[in-house]
Amino acid sequence: MIAQTAFSLSSVDLHAILPEIIITAAVIAVLVVDLFLPDRAKSANAVISMAGVGGAAIALMSLIGSGTHRTFGGMFVLDNYAMLFKFLFLAVAAMLIFMSVNYLNEVVQNIQGEFYFLLLTALLGMLVMPSSRDLIALFIALETVTVPGFIIAGFKKRDNSSNEAAVKFFLFGVLASAIMLFGMALIYGVTKSTNLYEIARVLSTKQYPMPIHHPDSVVFASILLIIVGFGFKVSAVPFHFWAPDTYEGSPVPVAAFLSVASKAAGFAGLFQICFVAFGSHSSVWAPGFAIMAALTMTVGNVIALQQKNIVRLLAYSSIGQAGYILIPLAVVANKSAAIQKEAFAAALTYILIYSFMQLGAFAVVIAVSRRHPDNLISDYEGLSFREPGLAFAMLFFLLSLAGMIPTAGFWAKFFVFRSAIGAGTLWLAAVMVANTLIGLYYYLSVGAKMYLREPRERGPIHVPYALATAIVLMVIIVVAVTVYPDFFNHFSPRSTLIAF
Amino acid sequence: MTFDQWLLSLVVFLPLVGAGVIAVLPKAQPALMRLVALIASGAALVFGIIALVRFDFHQSRVFQFTVNTRWIDSIGARYHMGVDGIALPLLVLTVALTFLCVIYSQKIMPKPQDKVKGFFALVLLLETGMAGTFTSLDLVLFFVFWEMVLVPMYFIIAIWGSERKEYSAIKFFLYTLFGSVFMLLGFLAMYFKSVDPVTGGHTFDMIRLQGQHFGGVGFQNLVFLGLFLGFAIKVPMWPFHTWLPDAHGDAPTVGSVLLAGILLKMGAYGFIRIALPLLPHAAKDWAPYIGGLAVISILYGALCCLAQTDIKRLIAFSSVGHMGFVMLGISTLTDKGINAAVFGMVAHGVITGMLFFLAGSLYERYHTRQIDDIGPGVLQKLPRIGAIFVFVAIASLGLPGLAGFWGEVIALLAAFNPARGLPVALFRSYMVLGGIGTILTAGYMLWLIQRLNLGVVREKWASDPSIDDVRPAEVFAWSPLLVGILALGIYPRAIFDITNGAVTGLARLFT
Repeated sequence: MIAQTAFSLSSVDLHAILPEIIITAAVIAVLVVDLFLPDRAKSANAVISMAGVGGAAIALMSLIGSGTHRTFGGMFVLDNYAMLFKFLFLAVAAMLIFMSVNYLNEVVQNIQGEFYFLLLTALLGMLVMPSSRDLIALFIALETVTVPGFIIAGFKKRDNSSNEAAVKFFLFGVLASAIMLFGMALIYGVTKSTNLYEIARVLSTKQYPMPIHHPDSVVFASILLIIVGFGFKVSAVPFHFWAPDTYEGSPVPVAAFLSVASKAAGFAGLFQICFVAFGSHSSVWAPGFAIMAALTMTVGNVIALQQKNIVRLLAYSSIGQAGYILIPLAVVANKSAAIQKEAFAAALTYILIYSFMQLGAFAVVIAVSRRHPDNLISDYEGLSFREPGLAFAMLFFLLSLAGMIPTAGFWAKFFVFRSAIGAGTLWLAAVMVANTLIGLYYYLSVGAKMYLREPRERGPIHVPYALATAIVLMVIIVVAVTVYPDFFNHFSPRSTLIAF
Repeated sequence: MTFDQWLLSLVVFLPLVGAGVIAVLPKAQPALMRLVALIASGAALVFGIIALVRFDFHQSRVFQFTVNTRWIDSIGARYHMGVDGIALPLLVLTVALTFLCVIYSQKIMPKPQDKVKGFFALVLLLETGMAGTFTSLDLVLFFVFWEMVLVPMYFIIAIWGSERKEYSAIKFFLYTLFGSVFMLLGFLAMYFKSVDPVTGGHTFDMIRLQGQHFGGVGFQNLVFLGLFLGFAIKVPMWPFHTWLPDAHGDAPTVGSVLLAGILLKMGAYGFIRIALPLLPHAAKDWAPYIGGLAVISILYGALCCLAQTDIKRLIAFSSVGHMGFVMLGISTLTDKGINAAVFGMVAHGVITGMLFFLAGSLYERYHTRQIDDIGPGVLQKLPRIGAIFVFVAIASLGLPGLAGFWGEVIALLAAFNPARGLPVALFRSYMVLGGIGTILTAGYMLWLIQRLNLGVVREKWASDPSIDDVRPAEVFAWSPLLVGILALGIYPRAIFDITNGAVTGLARLFT
């Protein structure tokens, strides 16, 4: 509702938005400090960024257990759901900074300051995303995540493929935004509100504020358009075409950012739209997601089979993984509250686990990429002879992505699989199984190359401390979830968006 | 927690700890790695023997040394372990055979020999998976251990194997995984149709799942199909056996020993532990078909053996036949048959494990696996190895007085009188066909002995001084197995007394 016209600072719950405030401060600090840094000291920006992320994390911790905060007239809500995603985004951002420091120093030297500025800006958008319970806030958050992405994708300025990556991403991204905005405009036309809860109320009671012809078809069109828009963001098939080229051309840390952080943010927004605003219309969107999930899994995994480039392989595999995350969305139509709750929790857990294993794999790719910038899979042949630790970490992340038992990735798949079976959507479970087997084949074949082939080039690959720290941390996280799956799954059921 | 509650966890996880220690040892310390592997698997064996000693044989139907604590609350999976009279012999077999493999590998390593760290770490990891499978009482826990063996075995075959090692390794991997996905589907289906008698929710607990009727016989049959696929591929039963000759043939010696000795038993154990007690009605419907496939496996395995020129592939196919007897015993759903099956599993583990050791030693010396290339005249060139080979091969063909006899003959006897409600005439024809299978088995084994051991040794081998007879590491690794073959043959009650209580309890479901 846009009834509130008066706005004063005192009406804003500053504590609730403290993490965002701290990140904003860090954004500005990076921008200013960078001006005065000599070229060789640019990586000091990483320290500022890290301090910002740490500060935001502490601020967020101070909010734990303080209940649900609503501010900006209900546009911004901080509940368990938002909290979970914000912690995830902060952790991912911290890892990304660890992973990028040395890479940037070597590849893009003098424009690093801008990288941190843009990364933190995107982080700001990500933090706002899960709290946005309003179409406009959601849109702004999404753009704040995406627009810096356009720029950092093209960060290797003199590299043609990097330019291609940025342009492709930009064109698809803008198109997606336009489509999504169109959908949002339609739903506003029907409900006269941009607030998700208000939209939900109008749609479920069918008491439209003004007479309208064929409201159902308009709502249907709107749902479709918004989902298509988010489909681009999470690179679901058939809206995935930008992803492999963009990942391949971008600097590797940016590919990691796009395939983990930006994707998770897209899912956060998608959940809010589907479960809050369109919760009463799950029979409309769930079948769509079912088809999308099946296509996304299959196309992603099948094309991944024939990749020669490790980043492209991870790109297609991340498309496949997005398909698994969509499954719980696909099975909730007309189901009992318990099943819906379980499905929702399964999707959340999957995102959490996926984020760390995918990021871990990318961290190893960054390490190898410093020595072998072409990122070919053949560069990984015999890696175990050259860098046993690195090869082991990679094998572990790959097996986890493959869903090999008993790794964390298996539990992620197990929860999703269980939700599909529990909801009785057996065909989707069967598609998932087939895809898991395909996935195993290509993940394992990279693993096999590292251990069974002789290396083409000898000599160790020096792994800098920051990067090593990130890899070790992520191995620890994935091992922890492997041994004790409830580590993440414990949070998910408590972080439901609405009381089902 | 008391010592008894810790016992099984120690058996299962000490090897994992050993693997972890080996993984962090510096690369330049291969001797230390061997020692750690020896200590870890030795400790697991010691605790396994303690379990054997402390086991209350009068209560073999009851799960002992149980531990049951929270694990994954959100899906109701618990850390629930325990052994009864069926699991205990297989658990002891697992820790014993792995320990012997580690002893053997102290001195005799497959190529590439410089990768000591990976080899021992993977063998120990494998041991954790195998031992865990035989002790789990929760379906999710069982599944985790069941799958845990895949990755180590994949790498053992793919790195240290011979000939088409990578092909064989991935075939083994994907084949098994394919089956276990259906198994998981079956587990989940049971979970969602179950009612926990205590909490009222769903449960993965194998004990609490007993006696549930899962919403109808049709559904049970469907679930049984899923479990059947998972277990039958692992056993393997004809026509799901095609991964086995490749994997066994190309695996290094220790890999073949553990694969034949223990991994195959996981499948048959799955039938006895999960499929039969949880889905008794479906088991009855399926038993004639399982029996039929078992008999085909016996005959087909034997016929294939006659056609083999490669010694390791021959032993691999003989496993198909021997596991066919095990499955025939299970399919009768009688106490006799299932007792025979468990006995047959232990006997096959000891005998075929030993045969693979011998085949590996011959390969190690002659650098070929072709029977007609190694033979004739092994007895002449290597009198000790030749004699041991004759002994073990004769045990394998089922000579009375040696371990191979009891499992097969009692399985055939059980087929004469299957459980009530099963087609008697059909099972009696199975018995006749199985009997023909034993003749074929004797045929190919004796022929193998003839081609390999007898006759005059070839010139090129006779003059080769590098071909030596039994080495000390082999003496240590083999003598317990040889003693076991004889002991189980003379005193089969050593196994039957453990299993009988548990088996009669199970067979009561089908009378």
